[in-house]
Amino acid sequence: MVSIPVLPRRYHKASVWALYVIGLCPAVWDFYLAYSGALGFNPVKEFEHLLGTWALRFIIATLAITPIRDLFGINWMRYRRALGLIAFYYVLMHVAVYVSLDLRFDFGAVWSDIVKRWYITIGMACLLLLIPLAVTSNNWSIRKLSGTWNKLHKLIYLIAIGGVIHYILSVKSVTLVPSTYIALIVLLVAYRVVRRPILDWKRGKTKMAQATR
Amino acid sequence: MPAYRPPRISASEITPREIYMSRRHFMGAAAAAGLAMTGVGEAFAAPLTTTPGAYKLDEKLTPKEAVTTYNNFYEFGVNKEDPAANSGDFKPTPWSVKIDGMVGKPMEIGLEDLLKMPLEDRTYRMRCVEGWSMAIPWVGFSLSALLDKVEPLGSAKYVSFETVVRPEEMPGQKGFFQALPWPYIEGLRLDEARHPLTILAVGLYGETLPNANGAPIRLVVPWKYGFKSIKSIVRISLVDKQPQTTWKNSNAREYGFYSNVNPAVDHPRWSQATEQRIGEGGFFGSNRRPTLPFNGYAEQVASLYDGMDLKANY
Repeated sequence: MVSIPVLPRRYHKASVWALYVIGLCPAVWDFYLAYSGALGFNPVKEFEHLLGTWALRFIIATLAITPIRDLFGINWMRYRRALGLIAFYYVLMHVAVYVSLDLRFDFGAVWSDIVKRWYITIGMACLLLLIPLAVTSNNWSIRKLSGTWNKLHKLIYLIAIGGVIHYILSVKSVTLVPSTYIALIVLLVAYRVVRRPILDWKRGKTKMAQATR
Repeated sequence: MPAYRPPRISASEITPREIYMSRRHFMGAAAAAGLAMTGVGEAFAAPLTTTPGAYKLDEKLTPKEAVTTYNNFYEFGVNKEDPAANSGDFKPTPWSVKIDGMVGKPMEIGLEDLLKMPLEDRTYRMRCVEGWSMAIPWVGFSLSALLDKVEPLGSAKYVSFETVVRPEEMPGQKGFFQALPWPYIEGLRLDEARHPLTILAVGLYGETLPNANGAPIRLVVPWKYGFKSIKSIVRISLVDKQPQTTWKNSNAREYGFYSNVNPAVDHPRWSQATEQRIGEGGFFGSNRRPTLPFNGYAEQVASLYDGMDLKANY
């Protein structure tokens, strides 16, 4: 079993806030690069794509929390809400840049993109599906919805798959980088299917070890 | 993966302009001397002697730095900056182009002879299928003039083109997950190839082509989407059937043989009604302009397609 130094409990809250700050740094940095001309000659598209890629990365990080705890015994559950919300903020920024800087608030063009182009239809659907998850991410909702909350938040699997489809449909050729995102998301979603048997097997092993001791 | 990739250098660390300009002046003089002695084009940008062409463009030119660093040339990688960053090992000299197929006089013509063709300045709009555009001062000669030399047979109806394959010099052509099958191939109808607007370019901004832009010789067909303008050509064949083309083979629903710029026919994944002019407006002032039918060359080329359904023949 991997063992890493355990963060003392008194720092847990601060570390979550630090994650929000660190997680949003790429947006600030990329904005600065785009603004200062360091993102090349089509900075709007570049910035838009970077924000989308960061959203996908944070969705992957969100999905990785459970398998990391199950398989390596490292409990980072306290960071999962922040990771999910940061992903949501990146999706919001990604769409905001697309509507404002890219399409210059031409809502007719936005609408025709949504109805005509599958990757934008899927992307927008993912944004809509993320809203209820973000709204119910607080402790009060978790308590209030109890069992329903768990079911509702399983939507993230659909959003992750939709997000990566949105990404691969938007590139002209699926090369190493898009393939990596596909592989990670497929792996992380597929893990949920085999999770029960894996956990049962691990539990069985521990019991056996205790019985033979 | 290449064993060694040169590090990205930020613009601020690069030699100041005055110094590199003086170096370029020196190299340019050396290149001219070299050209005069050997008649061979140099690997670095060498000045070309040209005459003003018949086609002018009354638009602001896209800055040279944008033209040479914002490219689609998947042989060097799929990102816009990849061709400029990864093409340092590519050797555009010596070079020759094989012209074969349905011709009376097949030939293999060296770059030194291609550079002796009457070179003209041709400033054209360049419209990428992805929705961006540039205004580029090419240096080139009429493809028709080259075709005359090989005497196409009456049976020839199309012209096909092929890009060089050199995995050792073109990082996009090796390893897993290559973007496209190689060689990159393109094609034109013979009358399109013969059209006075269609050129083979050997330079831009008055100098030989940078590797990222398709050195040492590339096609430029200004009324078609950029991917038709095949780069680093090694073979031109006259044929009687419509040739295979790389992007149509890769996704026929999205990329057709003709690929004429047409704001009325959307690409399935993006609108073609407007375009982003590269290098203008910056981050907040990015300006989209309407895309023109045949990229603004309708007056010259629309008659090539009389009676054709341009929605079906996209």
